[in-house]
Amino acid sequence: MSPCGHDPLMVQALVDGELDAVHAAEIEARIAACADCAEEHARLTDLHRALSDEALRVPAPARLHRRLAESLAAATMEPAAEPARPAIARRPRPWAWMGGGAGLAIAACFSLFMVAGVMRQSDLLTHELVASHVRSLQVAHLTDVETSDQHVVKPWFNGKLDFSPPVVELKDQGFPLVGGRLDYMNGRTVAAIVYRRGRHVINLFVWPDTAIGGPETVNAGQGYGLRHWRAGGLTFWAVSDVNPADLTQFEADLKPRTGG
Amino acid sequence: MRPPIGFETQPADGPARRPDAATARRFEALALPHTDAAYNLALRLTRQAEAAEDVTHDAFLRALTGFDSYRGGEARAWILTIVRHCAYDWLREQKRKSTMPLTLVVSDDPDHELSWEPHDPDQETPEQALIRKGEAAGLHALIDALPPRLREVLVLREMEDLSYRQIAEVTAAPIGSVMSRLARARTQLGEAWRRLQDVKEGRT
Repeated sequence: MSPCGHDPLMVQALVDGELDAVHAAEIEARIAACADCAEEHARLTDLHRALSDEALRVPAPARLHRRLAESLAAATMEPAAEPARPAIARRPRPWAWMGGGAGLAIAACFSLFMVAGVMRQSDLLTHELVASHVRSLQVAHLTDVETSDQHVVKPWFNGKLDFSPPVVELKDQGFPLVGGRLDYMNGRTVAAIVYRRGRHVINLFVWPDTAIGGPETVNAGQGYGLRHWRAGGLTFWAVSDVNPADLTQFEADLKPRTGG
Repeated sequence: MRPPIGFETQPADGPARRPDAATARRFEALALPHTDAAYNLALRLTRQAEAAEDVTHDAFLRALTGFDSYRGGEARAWILTIVRHCAYDWLREQKRKSTMPLTLVVSDDPDHELSWEPHDPDQETPEQALIRKGEAAGLHALIDALPPRLREVLVLREMEDLSYRQIAEVTAAPIGSVMSRLARARTQLGEAWRRLQDVKEGRT
């Protein structure tokens, strides 16, 4: 307990984003007033900053991805016992360059369409967005142009696309810009603008607006959230596994600056 | 507050049924995106790259076998729960082989590990090891010097970004324990880290 009578666990809970708005305001007020609480808060945020270094998180080696893909396939019943259509997923995968794990994940998403039969177009788009997001997280395909400078990302898209996506800096709002990439979505080349929130990646897909709608907010399942809005003749889809509150904030910060 | 995760980690009794292809595909779409998170936790718990690969591999196969018992909820927390079980199995196995150094001993009594003493005065300290290995070793040496029960909550919170509720589910501990273990882990790590900064800046 600090002299102000406050439990350090509450300061910790504030840093961990576990407090509701009322309690967060209360603890922030104590931090402003009490030197011990302020020191505790500074200590925790320093450590958090050091630990959120992406280099600390060791990615699974490619060998493990391959081994998993092989073992999971071996643990599954033979294709004779299943309906004919999903067998498409067993064909040689043109996306093998992505590594076994990603290829399987994408193949899995794809085969789900086959099993479910004809899905609504918006569902299809949702799955396409999530699959593209997952694929982008695989090694070396997050960005084609990697920079936190919006003035580099935007010109990079020029000449590669028949439209000009707005590239907005949101570092001050806690969503640093990582870079940009060309992607293929909904039957056309689209811009993917990549942001980070902590160690989570947010893919913002942008392309010229068409008649194809889709719900404004979708929870795509598998832990991925989606947000959709339209502005200035463009359609925007944000895809990420950040918590829903962060994704809502991302939309709220970005939407007014894309003319929405 | 997120809803309880709602799954069991132990496969149901009886002969393991081979999942059909559609189930396997569904499992892969759900689980494989979390391979990095699974490996990262396994690596920090086993502290050996090869063991971490084996543990992650076994955990995914066990998860596929027990996929019937997965009743929705956050897939990452579900996978991490199983990875943690497999990692502790591996640590117990190492203990059974009884040739492992003291630092890998895992007791069934959690308090035993909470009072676990990482420093042998004759050995180099984690800080010295870190200096020796260079910056590339990052904070790993310091994290790995924490007792397992403190290390896991720290990894799940700071590196995997899990909520208290999720950490409580993954580690099968009350939220109060998660909070106090997290505070102790941060105090211990923070002190070691500051000592390291002092050493690096030549203040000692």
